[in-house]
Amino acid sequence: MDHQPQIETMAVNPARPENSRALRWKSFYKKLAKNKAALAGAFIILVFALLAIFAPLIAPHNPSTFDLPNKLQPPSSDNWLGTDDKGRDILSRILYGSRISLVVGILSTILGALVGIILGIVSGYYGKWVDTLIMRICDVLLAFPGILLALAIVSVLGASTTNVIIAVAFYAIPTFARIVRGSTLTVKKLEYIDAIKAMGARDTRIIFRHILPNIMSPIIVQSTLYIASAIITASALSFLGMGTKPPTPEWGTMLAQGRSYVAQAPHLTIFPGLVILLVVVGFNLFGDGLRDALDPRSKK
Amino acid sequence: MNLTKEDKILEVKNLCTSFFTDEGEVKAVDGVDLSIEKGKTLGIVGESGSGKSITSLSILRLLQEPAGRIKEGEVIFKGEDLVKKTKKQMREIRGNNISMIFQEPMTSLNPTLTCGEQIAESIRIHQKLNKKKAWAKAVDMLKLVGIPSPEKRAKQYPFELSGGMRQRVMIAISLACNPELLIADEPTTALDVTIQAQILELIKNLQKELGTSLMIITHDLGVVAEMCDKVAVMYCGKVVEYADVKTIFTNPKHPYTIGLLNSVPKHDEDVEGDLSIIPGSVPNPFHLPEGCRFAPRCPHAKEICLTKLPHLEETFDGDKVRCWIHSEEWEKQGKAVNAHE
Repeated sequence: MDHQPQIETMAVNPARPENSRALRWKSFYKKLAKNKAALAGAFIILVFALLAIFAPLIAPHNPSTFDLPNKLQPPSSDNWLGTDDKGRDILSRILYGSRISLVVGILSTILGALVGIILGIVSGYYGKWVDTLIMRICDVLLAFPGILLALAIVSVLGASTTNVIIAVAFYAIPTFARIVRGSTLTVKKLEYIDAIKAMGARDTRIIFRHILPNIMSPIIVQSTLYIASAIITASALSFLGMGTKPPTPEWGTMLAQGRSYVAQAPHLTIFPGLVILLVVVGFNLFGDGLRDALDPRSKK
Repeated sequence: MNLTKEDKILEVKNLCTSFFTDEGEVKAVDGVDLSIEKGKTLGIVGESGSGKSITSLSILRLLQEPAGRIKEGEVIFKGEDLVKKTKKQMREIRGNNISMIFQEPMTSLNPTLTCGEQIAESIRIHQKLNKKKAWAKAVDMLKLVGIPSPEKRAKQYPFELSGGMRQRVMIAISLACNPELLIADEPTTALDVTIQAQILELIKNLQKELGTSLMIITHDLGVVAEMCDKVAVMYCGKVVEYADVKTIFTNPKHPYTIGLLNSVPKHDEDVEGDLSIIPGSVPNPFHLPEGCRFAPRCPHAKEICLTKLPHLEETFDGDKVRCWIHSEEWEKQGKAVNAHE
């Protein structure tokens, strides 16, 4: 039997690279590379990631060693960003602090996203009372300002870096659940979901193999953007004394400690503040760029 | 041809499917009777909203619940009622015994998986094959549906293929487990005319080769003439005429079928005037006419048509038609009520 199509084959571009997966990524990279702001964001994130990883090698001083005679020194050749009220090197503390901030930001986002994704997909896919229940709980959680909810959780669990991660992750859950639910509702109405149902696939297969990969774009974008706000929330918690405990170097804690010396030694607060700003801007720029690159509708 | 019950692979009896909306109940399928013989092709024809797609979704129990629900009726497949099956039993039947091709090849493939992966997946849902063997079978299936260089195509994503190619992949997926019945819901509507012919030819050849029974849902009478053995014409959720494909074209009995046939443009006639159309439009599903649902648009309608719903009656040549014209009561009726000039 021979049904070789002739007309159709012409419609397919013959000069096509062998690997289709590579082709997909290529167009994504191209779009991303064109976006200067996104590149700048990616650069900032990369730099901070490297600084965090290699902090022990780069840091000029031990971040925890007191050097009381040298306290509150302005930036100098020995202490590039000056010293704090106990004479510790601010640059070293910021470098070590980036480890905590990045880990807290990324871990809490991953944790919150995982739970949020599962709740959102279940909610959107099954609908009915499951949906109503999950979404109403999310509404309640979202009714609190993020920092207030995190504060409440930390005050119940106790102040520590781990509990900050849990608290910040908790607030991520409803945000992710909502986004994922919306995307699931869109995707589950598409024909290929009907088609795979008509092939006899069970729900778990449909959810994880057919819905989840198709809603990854908004999840990735939201994750990147959420890391930024997670870093801010974590710093804020530390600033309020409900997060990472001193003497561990943490940006929020540094701000809190420098607060009393704003008038005499503003560098105690300016530098950690700037660093928080920079990282957050980096994640936000990169997240926005990702959104544009992953959205098939954005032409540029 | 004398057919016993065993020859029927699928028999739909008095199927009623309704959608329950805020405005009320919509009887999308209202007492449909159909049957498909083994290895044969049944065409379901009707305009949009006549319930033809809902009929096919009801057979596979793929309705969007809880809005859409099978209210009553039986769907007998190989002697067993599908309406009574559990969800798990239905999953085992879908794809394995009955599978379905959808209208839109552009959207009925998952964009994040390669064509080969999608075919292999359908195989692995029902057969215990390892990944390698399933992949090999997927490549075989692509070859079977006439896709050139199948090894290469199997690694490509749907977006890299043309519409016709994708529909071939869909056919490969649906036939991967060698189902006894294939339901094709407007398989060629979204394709170019030249590709349509190729796809129909392919389905026809594969049907012959694999012995699959086929149910084609279409609004294209050309497809019906090309493919079908039997035809059911649907209007407003009811079968109005059920006949052999030849009879439908040579001796249509229901005024709606006649209207449909008349509205097809013909090549062999010099058409000076406008195409003939069926006056009026499909009635509002919330307020269906009391009598025959076609009566408000029917040129022959008489008093009885507006008040009493005709049954699907067998006529002298074994075809079934739902119209008062063919009943004894017709002569007793007065004048036609719809005066369409």
